[in-house]
Amino acid sequence: MSAVPMQAAPQYAPALQPTYLNVQRTIRSWLLTTDHKRIALLYMVSITFFFFVGGVAATLMRLELLTPRAELVTSETYNKLFTIHGVVMLWFFLIPSIPTVLGNFLVPLMIGARDVAFPRLNLASWYLFMVGGAFTLFSIITGGVDTGWTFYTPYSSTYSNGHVVAMAAGIFIAGFGSIATGLNFIVTVHTMRAPGLTWWRLPIFIWSLYTTSIILVLATPVLAITLALMALERIFGVGFFNPAIGGDPLLFQHLFWFYSHPAVYIMILPGMGVVSELIPCFSRRPLFGYKFVAVASVAIGVLGFLVWGHHMFVSSQSIYAGMIFSILSFMVSIPSAIKVFNWTATLYKGSIRFQTPMLYALFFIGLFTIGGLTGLFLACLAIDVHVHDTYFVIAHFHYIMVGGMVMAYLGGIHFWWPKITGRMYPELPAKLAALTVFLGFNLTFFPQFILGYLGMPRRYPVYAPEFQVLNVLSTAGASILAVGYLLPLTYLLWSLRYGRIATPNPWEATGLEWTTHSPPPKDNFETTPLVTAGAYKYDSQAAEAQREVAHV
Amino acid sequence: MRQLFSFIFPDQASNLAPSVDAIFFALVVLCSVITLLVFVVALFFCVRFRRGSKVDRTPPKGGTLRFEIAWTLIPFFVFCGLFFWAADVYFAMSRPPGGATEIHVVGKQWMWKIQHPDGRREINELHVPVGRPVQLIMTSEDVIHDFFVPAFRAKQDVVPGRYTTEWFTPTKPGRYHLFCSQYCGTNHSTMVGWVYVMEPAEHARWLNQVAVSESLVAEGERHFHSRGCSGCHAPNSQIHAPLLEGIYGKPVPLSDGTIVIADEQYLRDSILLPNKQVAAGYEPIMPTFQGRISEEEVNAIVAYLKHLTDSERSQQ
Repeated sequence: MSAVPMQAAPQYAPALQPTYLNVQRTIRSWLLTTDHKRIALLYMVSITFFFFVGGVAATLMRLELLTPRAELVTSETYNKLFTIHGVVMLWFFLIPSIPTVLGNFLVPLMIGARDVAFPRLNLASWYLFMVGGAFTLFSIITGGVDTGWTFYTPYSSTYSNGHVVAMAAGIFIAGFGSIATGLNFIVTVHTMRAPGLTWWRLPIFIWSLYTTSIILVLATPVLAITLALMALERIFGVGFFNPAIGGDPLLFQHLFWFYSHPAVYIMILPGMGVVSELIPCFSRRPLFGYKFVAVASVAIGVLGFLVWGHHMFVSSQSIYAGMIFSILSFMVSIPSAIKVFNWTATLYKGSIRFQTPMLYALFFIGLFTIGGLTGLFLACLAIDVHVHDTYFVIAHFHYIMVGGMVMAYLGGIHFWWPKITGRMYPELPAKLAALTVFLGFNLTFFPQFILGYLGMPRRYPVYAPEFQVLNVLSTAGASILAVGYLLPLTYLLWSLRYGRIATPNPWEATGLEWTTHSPPPKDNFETTPLVTAGAYKYDSQAAEAQREVAHV
Repeated sequence: MRQLFSFIFPDQASNLAPSVDAIFFALVVLCSVITLLVFVVALFFCVRFRRGSKVDRTPPKGGTLRFEIAWTLIPFFVFCGLFFWAADVYFAMSRPPGGATEIHVVGKQWMWKIQHPDGRREINELHVPVGRPVQLIMTSEDVIHDFFVPAFRAKQDVVPGRYTTEWFTPTKPGRYHLFCSQYCGTNHSTMVGWVYVMEPAEHARWLNQVAVSESLVAEGERHFHSRGCSGCHAPNSQIHAPLLEGIYGKPVPLSDGTIVIADEQYLRDSILLPNKQVAAGYEPIMPTFQGRISEEEVNAIVAYLKHLTDSERSQQ
């Protein structure tokens, strides 16, 4: 995709060229910015904060689970902790993570645009997100909510005490931020691509975010409706879901999962996009089966809307509905398998380097493979009956969400860190952190597969004593994982001041974002790029030849 | 070795367990093979094609299409096979065999209330004989619960406002965990109990331990009279109400022209929500018993009405 003529390639001159970071310096200029890159940073700071809020809740839960009795915290507190962990991690970290941070930063840069289509709407998205976050924090600080992130009725609408409505309002408001972001990306990708940048030349990251945006725009309103109905029943006693006042409790589950299953793909598709950028760059090979990977993203987005009932195999929905949802759930795993095979095949004949982003990408492939394959167990009706609502499900979706999405997010942050900040992160601590995260993650979550098949239900602060050893292993893993997550926070902050100055293209990557300065100027490109070729024009033979010349 | 196995694998104590575990093991093998394949191939490429290694890097000739077709179609057929296998077992799990012992379960925050056909009640414990199919007829007084016995591989949500069922044939005497596995509030994790699987003789002794004053059907008949049901649903009543002898399991024409089968759910709804499905030819004059009658009483009356059908059949 290197389409900019060579003479236009920027000469590095940090003192002369104002970047988006130092073009204005007031706090006001940050809070009222319409620059997509600054908004990305606002999101980065916000979701990092929420990640650690959710992480503290997870830490307390894992500590409580060291013993089979509720000793560290009461059952009531534990129930609030897992609600906080779920709500905050899902809606205030995972769903916004890659789209709003890397997406906001990279979508215009990757397609050669100066900004997103609606810059002010983009800023409004962040404010909606923050107002939603404030409501959620308010409900946490003033006593918490004990419904679980799923808000199942009639428990949430009738029986639960606590600030259920405030927390639901937080998610409701943040949801509009998601919709606006999705809309912005859709219009941007349609209308603002650089001359010559056709759909089949787009990086897979753009394909992934485009599909994600469509899901955001179509699914999030259903969540808003569902939460509004739940709140109406809770406040005014309108009988939607509680059978005692004429409602149907299963209706809530259908509506909730109609959003929340596609939401799983909102969380994983952007991660797949990041990995599709990292693997070709660090193996110096074009992405194997580019068109199949692109179409697989769209296929996942479409099929993802048709499988919500696989969360309800034991809910008393009809067994025939269960069968339809089962076969469709198998089908949705095929495009994911296609991607894994294509990433692996990309390594063939490569010239592979193992810098931190590549380590994260390889860990992603491994953990996502395990997470995806254990999804097959859950799609199998008879097995799902046994493992539904047990730790098997917990382990499965953490392999996808943490092993997959968080790995990809960290990989992406390291990869584009020089572009975002103009500084290199320190390589050795970063590699150590990646390894720590990988080991800690597996030790935390692998024992939970066994716990789940043994029958330990989720959301149990008090559990049968024979489950203790596996829980202790899991908690030990979680403490390693916590260290693994604190390390990047430390050395990335350190690198802002002391990191090596980054060149415009430290990875020798293709992609329009690497043709401009690091960090980019406010308007991204000095001249609008002209694109004459597809993505991932890497050549492993040339890379080897270049290496030999350098070593002679 | 055996100890380690029981440490990582649950007891098999019902007829369902071996068939579920068979699919589970098949999947474990299949997924391990795929995982190993991906890992080994990726590791091999990573080592062989690391930067600086002296290997041939000439790009492979030929398109990627044949690979894409292969790794799309092979999973497709494998997944279809898995689907049919698991769906077949699931179908069997969802269909109780005829002649199963019917035991009523009522979930409430945070206990399990269980009633046997002979009227005997238990809380958080269920005693069943080995080798006889058991069907649980379950409902909830408040929120959604879930009756989960890991050793039986049996699980079903217990939903307020409707009956759900779950069945199993215990195959191995012993004491097994009963968990509520649908989150139901503060003490969800202590809504647990034990299922005791006993030899038939031992179970019979257990049943006779405590003299039970009346069976579930007799209790239902008592409520049928004391709640005034018999005042209208009787041949000589002055109020025009359908007769209920023999109604269970039969098609009932409704006033809106549709026909429903009078199953447990229909009988239950007719007591609690009488205007939901009004029988054709009758006025919607029955008062609702919602909030005035406990789940156990409804269960007993439904059992009585089912008994009326059984005794009618045996008279024929």
